[in-house]
Amino acid sequence: MSVRINGTDHEQPPRPGQCLRTYLRQEGCFGVKKGCDTGDCGACTVHVDGRPVHSCVYPAFRAQGRQVTTIEGLAPPDGLHPVQQRFLDAQGFQCGFCTAGMIMTTAALDGTRRADLPRALKGNLCRCTGYRAVADAINGVRTVEEPGAGPAIGAGLGAPAGPQIVTGTARYTFDVDVPGLTHLKVLRSPHAHARITAVDTAEALAVPGVLAVLTHEDAPSRYFSTARHEHPTEDPADTRVLDDVVRHVGQRVAAVVAETEAAAEEGCRRLRVAYEIRPAVLDPEAAMRPGAPAVHGDKVTGHRIARAADNVVGELHAELGDVEEGFAGADVVYEQTFRTPRVQHAALETHGAIGWLDEGGRLTLRTSSQTPFLTRRALAELFELELDQVRVLTGRVGGGFGGKQEMLVEDLVALAVRRTGRPVKLEYTRAEQFTAATTRHPFTVRMKAGARRDGTLTALSLRVVSDTGAYGNHGPAVMYHACHESIAVYRCASKKVDAYAVYTNTVPSGAFRGYGLGQVSFAVESVLDELARRLGLDPVLLRERNIVRPGEPLAAPGDHADDLIIASYGLDQCLDAVRSAAAEPVTQPVPDGWQVGEGMALAMIAAGPPGGHFADAAITLLPDGRYEIAVGTTEFGNGSTTVHAQLAADTLGTTPDRILVRQSDTDVVAHDTGAFASTGVVVAGQAVLHAARALRERLLVLAGPGAVRLGVDAVTLQQGRLSLKDLAASAREPVRAEGHWTGTPRSVAFNVQWFRVAVDPGTGELRILRSVHSADAGTVLNPLQTRGQIEGGVAQALGATLAEHVDIDAEGRVTTAGFRQYHLPTLADVPPTEVVFARTEDAIGPLGAKSMSESPFNPVAPALANALRDATGVRFTELPFTRDRIWQRLQAG
Amino acid sequence: MDLHTVVEVVSPAAVGQWRPGDAWLAGGTALFAEPQTDVTRLLDLVAAGWTPITVSGHGLEIAATCTVADLAGYEGAGHFTAFHELATACCRAFLASFKIWNVATVGGNLCAALPAGPMIALTAALDGECLILGPTGERRLSVARFVTGDGATALTAGELLRSITLPAAALTGRTAFRQGSLFAHGRSAVLLIGRRAGAGLVLTVTAATVRPFQLRFAEVPDAGELAAAVRETIPDDAYVDDVHGLPAWRRHLTARYAEEIRAELAG
Repeated sequence: MSVRINGTDHEQPPRPGQCLRTYLRQEGCFGVKKGCDTGDCGACTVHVDGRPVHSCVYPAFRAQGRQVTTIEGLAPPDGLHPVQQRFLDAQGFQCGFCTAGMIMTTAALDGTRRADLPRALKGNLCRCTGYRAVADAINGVRTVEEPGAGPAIGAGLGAPAGPQIVTGTARYTFDVDVPGLTHLKVLRSPHAHARITAVDTAEALAVPGVLAVLTHEDAPSRYFSTARHEHPTEDPADTRVLDDVVRHVGQRVAAVVAETEAAAEEGCRRLRVAYEIRPAVLDPEAAMRPGAPAVHGDKVTGHRIARAADNVVGELHAELGDVEEGFAGADVVYEQTFRTPRVQHAALETHGAIGWLDEGGRLTLRTSSQTPFLTRRALAELFELELDQVRVLTGRVGGGFGGKQEMLVEDLVALAVRRTGRPVKLEYTRAEQFTAATTRHPFTVRMKAGARRDGTLTALSLRVVSDTGAYGNHGPAVMYHACHESIAVYRCASKKVDAYAVYTNTVPSGAFRGYGLGQVSFAVESVLDELARRLGLDPVLLRERNIVRPGEPLAAPGDHADDLIIASYGLDQCLDAVRSAAAEPVTQPVPDGWQVGEGMALAMIAAGPPGGHFADAAITLLPDGRYEIAVGTTEFGNGSTTVHAQLAADTLGTTPDRILVRQSDTDVVAHDTGAFASTGVVVAGQAVLHAARALRERLLVLAGPGAVRLGVDAVTLQQGRLSLKDLAASAREPVRAEGHWTGTPRSVAFNVQWFRVAVDPGTGELRILRSVHSADAGTVLNPLQTRGQIEGGVAQALGATLAEHVDIDAEGRVTTAGFRQYHLPTLADVPPTEVVFARTEDAIGPLGAKSMSESPFNPVAPALANALRDATGVRFTELPFTRDRIWQRLQAG
Repeated sequence: MDLHTVVEVVSPAAVGQWRPGDAWLAGGTALFAEPQTDVTRLLDLVAAGWTPITVSGHGLEIAATCTVADLAGYEGAGHFTAFHELATACCRAFLASFKIWNVATVGGNLCAALPAGPMIALTAALDGECLILGPTGERRLSVARFVTGDGATALTAGELLRSITLPAAALTGRTAFRQGSLFAHGRSAVLLIGRRAGAGLVLTVTAATVRPFQLRFAEVPDAGELAAAVRETIPDDAYVDDVHGLPAWRRHLTARYAEEIRAELAG
């Protein structure tokens, strides 16, 4: 009996244990996505006989004799389904990985369910948008502006990939049909710390379909860091592709390559591994004590580990001024310890890559990465290849948030491709995302601050301990960054930092939106709030007495790059915005017995990382008179592609719909550091802008002495016009110009968050009555997208503030390895946030723009803690604030 | 997710066919949501075509394979007011969305035996009785005793849950419902149902505890009696300690909601 998919019978019978999701993808419906494979996220939603189901938990055999509709079959042949059109009109997506499921769900809502979206959408997770744009799409609110006459910059234009996203035809990492594809599965360590003494592969190799087993004996001996930075020396070289020592539960032990996933999994189960178990340490403070097991005690020199014997991978001890003197001169001193947990990025597309050798034998990887060029560089070094013997590219990437500024799969896939000569796929399961990827660094911050009666800060002193887990990827860099802008934003004469990034036998931490700033700002902004209370001052006023002003240095203890300046300043406007919000009366109803309070916090962030961040771009006039941008940076919902087209369109006097973008492929430009550190606009965009300006000059010269200016599809001449098509035809070779940007100097962006909350002391329930976020992004190049970045950042931060925590048990195992244990915010959890933009124009950024992608996350947790303090009288020092913990803390008083 | 070790589906399957390595399959939303590396064969019960809900003078018989959507949409017994009030509330207490309701079954929810299982709450509160079929015959057991712990039931190897019967006597009294969760529309951390039974009161506690607890009062107790009964009936170590809520908070909310229900249903 066949399965009828989108009107066509499919005769291939499903396998007995197959779920409908993989059957549909196998039959070519790549719009059906895997977000969780456990029925929780809704990205795989399809209709069976007209009823919406999660195809990942629907037995495929049961679809025989039934009609299945996927996103590919929703629309009539001659256009879009109305719901698809609405998701385009409201840009109800960022990365778009959840969108097919959102649309299939929305298309199945009746009036009752549409009237109660918080309940109706609880089975659809979006990690990017914060759901406002999704709700607008469902409700038919149009927010996208039509491209028209006039400048593209400043207009809320939609993403170029929108039509593909809403039809399920955008191609993400795994949405390709690779003939002869083999599958790689990983056997992972059950122990927190052990040496592998033997791996018996005989039984595994005997499983039909198994092609190869890879162990530490097959791996290069070279050490590297999974973290990707322009300068590899930023990170400790402490990782091997496969090691003979495992340092956390979930670390790779061996890999099995097979013709099918089933055979690869069976091969893993048949491996016999002997371990010599070693003592483990799970807590960073314990790890620094004398006698603690050394996680990387075998590494002496050359690994860039500060003190391997003491588990300290990086440290910073520095003082500006004299904090003891500062405390002595203070009228009030407050000291407190703050803790933040592990948080998972939870990008809806898991990590993974497909690798193969191209016709010329070149190692090629299609991967879910924010850093294709840096990953190519790392692979070339690891396998001792020339750069031109490796190509790394991405499809559309289904969310990143810093988690994909790592090389977590490509090294192993490359090893397997080189061993077998076959195309190889490694696709993480959702559980592996939690147990074998990276998390946000957990921080403990002890902070002491003093102030005079008028609110002037006299001294700030911080002891910071970050837990980098079993490997030091991003550990030192996150620690340094955490201790910079968080305190450099305040002009206090005396500041002291003692910071440690510490190894433990736990799942590694890594880059995560904000790169440490959010964790330290949680302490700094909570402490400043407490000082304001003790002094009887408005917390906004206390900030105003101390914030850095234009022309002043950005000072923090330690050696920090000196190319950071205030090239535009809107922090004062941001503070004014939340003061105005706070002055407005409470209009929302508050139940009897609930306590109401409000709180704010601010954050500053550098527009780009220290030490240089490079981007190459090229623009070519195509034979048909349109333009093509080539740029290295990756699109994963950040919207940089939209802005690149806008920048080029205005410079070239045309419209964004006449501009194509090729991106994120080491073949298209020479280099790009990557889509991280909030650089998609301020670095890659700058390179695109330079390329566009150079091309404009070249075209005007080419058009001859009578050329006046470039128009939409022609050059205006003093007399008449010359079409771009004719101009392209007249040139001997394609007309092309390049642009480059080095990422220095750098400016700073500002964000201020304000909440009004109500708390039920009887149950611990917290409701956000109003949320206002003001941001200084410089010139806002695309208000629709910038607003989306802020809403999404606030929502992700609310998850970390109110819900999310990766837990590890006494044996070092992650116990929250799925979306049922690890609660991501749903539409019901995220209140609307009002976004206010400061009016500034940056002297460095492209057309005056600044970064606005990581930073909205950073002030959210302390603003909420301060509101909770205001409402209840209790200072909350440990994230997250779930109802049970709020209730318990209020009991303690 | 794909269950790669499964090599055969028996559809429809019947009692007596079970052998080690088999798993009874209803909707599949639980079975396919976790790796099942010990399972090699699926015994499909849905294809047997059992009538989802049968109404009679004795009450309601709900087939184990009745989907949550069928239960939520059932309108065939308007006089059983207690059933309708609670069925809607309990379906909404699912963490899972309405899309899962189209496939997940009442019996599957009971057999998964999670503390937060809202079909356990519903059928336990309405004095449901399970019909269990096994290779050697059938037996009946109350829902409150069918679920024996977090993820554990009274089923033995080869047995299957055929249906749950809700007696008419339990389907007409006034009811009250309280649910607590860490999140809006989140997984239940506490779920209490009160039901007037003549002059008396039946209080069913689920989600907060590793298995259902039932308190029966011949007359509506006063606040002190109720609080004492809750304390005496539910030992401290029966409160669930997991990521969905601290045990102390669950205990607190259990007491709080029990009193709210008592007050609502008194008089």
